[in-house]
Amino acid sequence: MAAVAASAGWLLRLRAAGADGPWRRLCGAGLPRGFLQSASAYGAAAQRRQVAHFTFQPDPEPVEYGQTQKMNLFQAVTSALDNSLAKDPTAGKDRVFNTPLCEQGIVGFGIGIAVTGATAIAEIQFADYIFPAFDQIVNEAAKYRYRSGDLFNCGSLTIRSPWGCVGHGALYHSQSPEAFFAHCPGIKVVVPRSPFQAKGLLLSCIEDKNPCIFFEPKILYRAAVEQVPVEPYNIPLSQAEVIREGSDVTLVAWGTQVHVIREVAAMAQEKLGVSCEVIDLRTILPWDVDTVCKSVIKTGRLLVSHEAPLTGGFASEISSTVQEECFLNLEAPISRVCGYDTPFPHIFEPFYIPDKWKCYDALRKMINY
Amino acid sequence: MKKMLTAAVSRVLSGVTQKPASRVLVASCKYSNNATFEIKKCDLYRLEEGPPVTTVLTREDGLKYYKMMQTIRRMELKADQLYKQKFIRGFCHLCDGQEACCVGLEAGINPTDHVITSYRAHGLCYTRGLTVRSILSELTGRRGGCAKGKGGSMHMYAKNFYGGNGIVGAQGPLGAGIALACKYKGNNEVCLTLYGDGAANQGQISEAYNMAALWNLPCIFICENNRYGMGTSVERAAASTDYYKRGNFIPGLRVDGMDILCVREATKFAADYCRSGKGPMLMELLTYRYHGHSMSDPGISYRTREEIQSVRSKSDPIMLLKDKMVNNKLASVEELKEIDAEVRKEIDDAAQFAMTDPEPPLEELGHHIYSSNPPFDIRGANQWIKFQSIS
Repeated sequence: MAAVAASAGWLLRLRAAGADGPWRRLCGAGLPRGFLQSASAYGAAAQRRQVAHFTFQPDPEPVEYGQTQKMNLFQAVTSALDNSLAKDPTAGKDRVFNTPLCEQGIVGFGIGIAVTGATAIAEIQFADYIFPAFDQIVNEAAKYRYRSGDLFNCGSLTIRSPWGCVGHGALYHSQSPEAFFAHCPGIKVVVPRSPFQAKGLLLSCIEDKNPCIFFEPKILYRAAVEQVPVEPYNIPLSQAEVIREGSDVTLVAWGTQVHVIREVAAMAQEKLGVSCEVIDLRTILPWDVDTVCKSVIKTGRLLVSHEAPLTGGFASEISSTVQEECFLNLEAPISRVCGYDTPFPHIFEPFYIPDKWKCYDALRKMINY
Repeated sequence: MKKMLTAAVSRVLSGVTQKPASRVLVASCKYSNNATFEIKKCDLYRLEEGPPVTTVLTREDGLKYYKMMQTIRRMELKADQLYKQKFIRGFCHLCDGQEACCVGLEAGINPTDHVITSYRAHGLCYTRGLTVRSILSELTGRRGGCAKGKGGSMHMYAKNFYGGNGIVGAQGPLGAGIALACKYKGNNEVCLTLYGDGAANQGQISEAYNMAALWNLPCIFICENNRYGMGTSVERAAASTDYYKRGNFIPGLRVDGMDILCVREATKFAADYCRSGKGPMLMELLTYRYHGHSMSDPGISYRTREEIQSVRSKSDPIMLLKDKMVNNKLASVEELKEIDAEVRKEIDDAAQFAMTDPEPPLEELGHHIYSSNPPFDIRGANQWIKFQSIS
């Protein structure tokens, strides 16, 4: 096993059958037209739906990692994968390949490859399609190390998948299934909020010795543009990041929703004079309990927001743990602003997602509790 | 009949230009009522005999098929247009080029038989009885749509048509289940379970084959092989591209999916086979789609424009039927042009409706989650905004 691990540094990228790169497929989608062009005169109905529910706020240019380049989220992911593949210059182009259309097969093969010690990065085209592979992830990948008493493991497996609402995805191109996987000890679940975060977190997932699921917010693929270092770098897993310090309310989110609550924090400061602490959870499982609890002890109020449905969503886990740890520090009940308990709708999407107004409303009610 | 003919003739003579009716009535003397055609022999797997190699097409049927195929073609092109104008959003998978499959399948079965398919479903929605209006307004997400605007392109349903499924391959076991119900109820109905060449590689399809064959279910598995699973050609995705043999222990047929008569005969043959209790059958329809996988796919990065052009000029299903009918005096070119004009008008009307119909009311957001009495509240974005679920 050790010998195999040493020699087999080759890396395989499995991907379900698609047009040359999933990126070209997203080319013609409404995304660039919606965000980069000004709405042309196609009628009020069409115009209304082009406005996104968030504004991407880039982080300042990182200086400690060397030269940077302007990249959007999918370019950052590609850069991370290029860096990873470059670690083994002897292997050839055929380690990046398309598979037939079988999610269970893709993840199953990935687990098999990883068990021998080789690094496998499997792509599931949309997170909504990950469910045929759910059995493989939960029953095989997550439990391999545990059931073999550490003799075998599939730690070198990373599964990446586009995630979250995209403005027009409807039922099967918009889901956020992180909560299903949060219930499974043995795997790690990571969601980045920006290109810089995505590259660092993805490289950490690939190097992490545990099977990881990396969900990429697909609405940010082109909408999020930032300066990202060209060289590889790591962002530690299971560490949440406080991106705005505050003293009155703690706001927690991940992925696209971080940008929504950032805006809510700015609104609260301006309109209510309330100082909000904004935390990006980054790793869903295992999550950074300490950072969140320390913040709630300071502020006394917590609001968690995510697109996934309310019941059983990850906000319920955060809520439950925080009330256990910080009960006496809480000034108001913990607020969860999430999607409705319905399948992700087609035409009702703008009403379904927890946009900044719903979060702001919840925040106001918490302040006045 | 004689009276009508006389009246028509007199109308023509009096110079009133009621073109369509009179022309058809007067000119119908020139047309033959039916014609016999030779059709391509199907490749067989585990079968001694296949569908017949000759078939009779009546004038009435021919006109009906032509109109249906032309409607589907125009409807898909209109959907393309509406998508580019952003009236339709989301994911839209068009089936122009595959009209002979939908119409041929419908011609080979009864309205009481069952059909289930994947997301490239607009053609089948129409042949199963939905109006163009309800299809287009479902695409634009309005309340006149067949699923009240809540489903969109991939989730349209009709009587004995179970959708419209987004997840690739998920409809395989569902179709086998419907067939089990047919067998159990003993109503002599069959279930057509359609899937594509990409889905043929899904595990669940093999599971469906096994169960259908084990219990002799009246299920016809139909693989619509349009040569590309999204952007991957069949050679790059499948170890064996003979999809009609992939059922292993299930007998199979490979059918020319661009010739509607071939599809019709093969479907009738397969339906008879299943109805007689011999178990499932697998049909592979060799067809082609002109558009890309969906509206986000230009469709030319994995295949050449020349290929698309050559299929369009040599094996376009509507063109093939038209040539057959005109060359065998079943219809005239002008008559078919009139049908084209009618179809165009119908589609334009439907598109107008689809663009102007109001969207479903916001309360619908919560409806039909569970079947429950009394209605209950949906928990939502925060504890202060609630929707009722009525079902």
